[in-house]
Amino acid sequence: MNGIVSYGAYIPSHKIETGEIASVWGADGSAWAKNLNVYSKSVPGPDEDVITIAVEATRIAMKRAKLNGTKIGAIYTGSESHPYAVKPTSTIVAEAIGATPNLTAADFEFACKAGTAAIQTCLGIVGNKQVENGIAIGVDTSQGAPGDALEYSASAGGGTMIIGKEKVIATINHTTSYTTDTPDFWRREGQKYPRHGGRFTGKPAFFKHVMMCGKMIMDMAGSKPEDYDYVVTHQPNGKFPIRAAKSLGFTEEQYKTGLLTPRIGNTYSGAIFLGLSAILDIAKPGDRILAVAYGSGAGSDGFDLTVTDEIAKMDRSETVEDMISRMEIINYATYAKYRGKLNMGDSK
Amino acid sequence: MRDVSIIGVGITKFGELWDKSLRELGLETGLAAINDAGITSNDIDALYIGNMAAGSTLQQEHVSALIADYCGLANQNIPATRVEAASASGGLAIRQAYMAIAGGFIDVAVVGGAEKMTDVSDSESSYTVSMGSDEQWEAKAGATFTSLHAIIAQNHILEYGTTREQLSAVAAKNHYHASLNPMAQFPFALDPTAVSKSGMVSTPLRMLDCAPNSDGAAAVVLCASEKAQKYTDKAIKIIGSGQASDTLSLHHRKYLHRFPAINIAAKKAFEDCNKKPSDLDVIEVHDNFTISEIIALEEIGVFNRGEAAQKSMEGETRLGGIMPTNTSGGLKARGHAPGATGIAQIIELVKQLRGEAGDRQVENAKLALAENHGGTAATAVVHILEAE
Amino acid sequence: MSVPRFWRELDTRYNLIGSYCKITNTYHYPRRSFNPEAGRDSIGSMEDYQFKGTGTVVTATVVHQAQTGYEMFGPYCMAIIELDEGPRITSQIVDCEPNNVKSGMKVKSVFRKLGEDSESGILHYGTKFILSEKTNTEDSNEDTIENIEL
Repeated sequence: MNGIVSYGAYIPSHKIETGEIASVWGADGSAWAKNLNVYSKSVPGPDEDVITIAVEATRIAMKRAKLNGTKIGAIYTGSESHPYAVKPTSTIVAEAIGATPNLTAADFEFACKAGTAAIQTCLGIVGNKQVENGIAIGVDTSQGAPGDALEYSASAGGGTMIIGKEKVIATINHTTSYTTDTPDFWRREGQKYPRHGGRFTGKPAFFKHVMMCGKMIMDMAGSKPEDYDYVVTHQPNGKFPIRAAKSLGFTEEQYKTGLLTPRIGNTYSGAIFLGLSAILDIAKPGDRILAVAYGSGAGSDGFDLTVTDEIAKMDRSETVEDMISRMEIINYATYAKYRGKLNMGDSK
Repeated sequence: MRDVSIIGVGITKFGELWDKSLRELGLETGLAAINDAGITSNDIDALYIGNMAAGSTLQQEHVSALIADYCGLANQNIPATRVEAASASGGLAIRQAYMAIAGGFIDVAVVGGAEKMTDVSDSESSYTVSMGSDEQWEAKAGATFTSLHAIIAQNHILEYGTTREQLSAVAAKNHYHASLNPMAQFPFALDPTAVSKSGMVSTPLRMLDCAPNSDGAAAVVLCASEKAQKYTDKAIKIIGSGQASDTLSLHHRKYLHRFPAINIAAKKAFEDCNKKPSDLDVIEVHDNFTISEIIALEEIGVFNRGEAAQKSMEGETRLGGIMPTNTSGGLKARGHAPGATGIAQIIELVKQLRGEAGDRQVENAKLALAENHGGTAATAVVHILEAE
Repeated sequence: MSVPRFWRELDTRYNLIGSYCKITNTYHYPRRSFNPEAGRDSIGSMEDYQFKGTGTVVTATVVHQAQTGYEMFGPYCMAIIELDEGPRITSQIVDCEPNNVKSGMKVKSVFRKLGEDSESGILHYGTKFILSEKTNTEDSNEDTIENIEL
């Protein structure tokens, strides 16, 4: 059966703590950290962006699968912070992994679920034998406006899933989507920071879509929460995913491995890829995984996966936990410098 | 080959010359050199212009024609040639004129060097200097010109145990010399501890290890020696001239603590005149950084490898020492206007050999050497001058 | 930098593509079609070669006055690195405390943004290096204390 042939993750090596951000705005850091269940978030260096993160994650995935670029027939990169408004991220990734020129490529945007839409597209073109392997990437370096609630969580990171039919480490048994027009979060063309609907992002948006999609995928698979070893959902903060998982009938044992936002913040399109990567880092053959992505605007993509014997043969070093443990704390001044929040005027 | 002499010199003060343009600087020094030589414009057979960066700093190329025109030589249709080899442009322009005269093609040439480094911002002038290294694989990769010399300094330290105090002594000595030179950009003495405590630019090099990016111009008149007495009785003969190149990128060199191009150019110049380093009375070297002066002294052969730093510390390169070095103040304190620097070095030596160096006169100076290089010494030019 | 000037060297910068000389059995970076050691015989004998991206620090310096375009890093580490195959390269070493980088340390390549033409211009990507092993920060703390006592 078709599924995940390989995976790779990348998290930048800098982080800022919630308390440090709060102190700049005279806010109560421990209250913010507790309310959001976000204690630190990753920060990209001045030379890191969606493209560099996508390349690093994809190179890890290629190395793990011992694939060379000529085996890749498609690259789709999902992000809401592509460095170019016009010019694809995916072609740069293709060049950097030696996959050019015999492939198709495009960039996707669907808020935080653009990457899982790319997985579904890859499943389609692998399924109808258009390509041998397709690469789906979910990655973001999103920013919250200074002082906005989003500033405490918006972070950077991403992951790559190589979708194919040979040497699959996790079969994708079922996938489905739940999509409506729900304007809970958006960024207009040319605007630097996104806007959001405050508490409207909760019940009618994140919870409704994730819950509905979660139920649909389990109906499709004929499964119950207790059939799964792991569950991972989109995680805009550390609270929403726990509440959603519990409401669907899952336990802490099932959701804790894929729940990274408390330590790395909200990586947007990268979140479900990183959570799934953390699970694949330790999963054993036969484990079952339920994954439900969410993207504002709004929609959810659900996946039912089963880990295969192939995973035991794979070199799974460079884990998500390794990347989290190497993160070094920076202060707000450095964060502001790295994230381009200083007004340099025309001096440059 | 014919002998070639320097029969006239002219120089501006180096520094932040806000009110002077490149063409005015060229005219001013050209006229001064012509007056000093006692020639008229009708005597000039050719003009050579040393300039590194007019294209980057002034968006003006073709500066040979520009200066010829502004100096009133356009109506004589004199051949005018620009020479560019980063900071070695001036020294190399002299060598081109020297070869043309020695080869019998012309009799009299004016060689001018001029640079405007302050018509652009500090970051632009710094980047312009970086263009003397490999712009694509050094500068663009994040290496400043100072950082490349910092790597060289670290290797010199590793190889020979060169110390902070020894580097500071070089800058302090050059400032002392500049305090005796009214034409210097920084005509004041500097305590070596001030150098050691100045701001870090790129470890281990500090602000006062670095020469400034200056405006300035300098010009000399070169003449076939056999015709020199027609114009002047104070001609100074060029008895040796050498030039060598090396890899543009520092990382492609076998040794990171040496400047082999200087060594080869110096050997060639010494061979020309059958002289040796110990015969020299006074020298000017390209101290764009303190470490560069130390390495230049070793490459020329004034001191053994690994000994120049200590000799500098002991005062042997100071006026009164065994080899007075950079009596003008050097690039560090006279100032460094890339296209003019190599010519300014020659002018200092002409003044020393004529006995016109005032308070900084080296007693009985007869033989002098100038070393001028570009980039991380990917081009080096050495000239040896003798009083007639 | 003009678009074609960067574009024509994309694979050299992205994937560390250099040259291997079949005559002298030596490696060269960046790519060149002529090996000075082998002279004109090398023309036509230079093959593309993708470097592994691992190497050793030859000499490192901490840049306090940044190069144009590198202002947001300062201070940062610039180094001459010897790739395992032999050739040397000048590169920034990122994601580290710059003062901790020493000669002999092992490094590996990473894909990073090198710069941009302007806010509206093309973005430049390529290779930089990181330390292969995390440096021992306890050691550097001791160094700092020693420095203060001096």
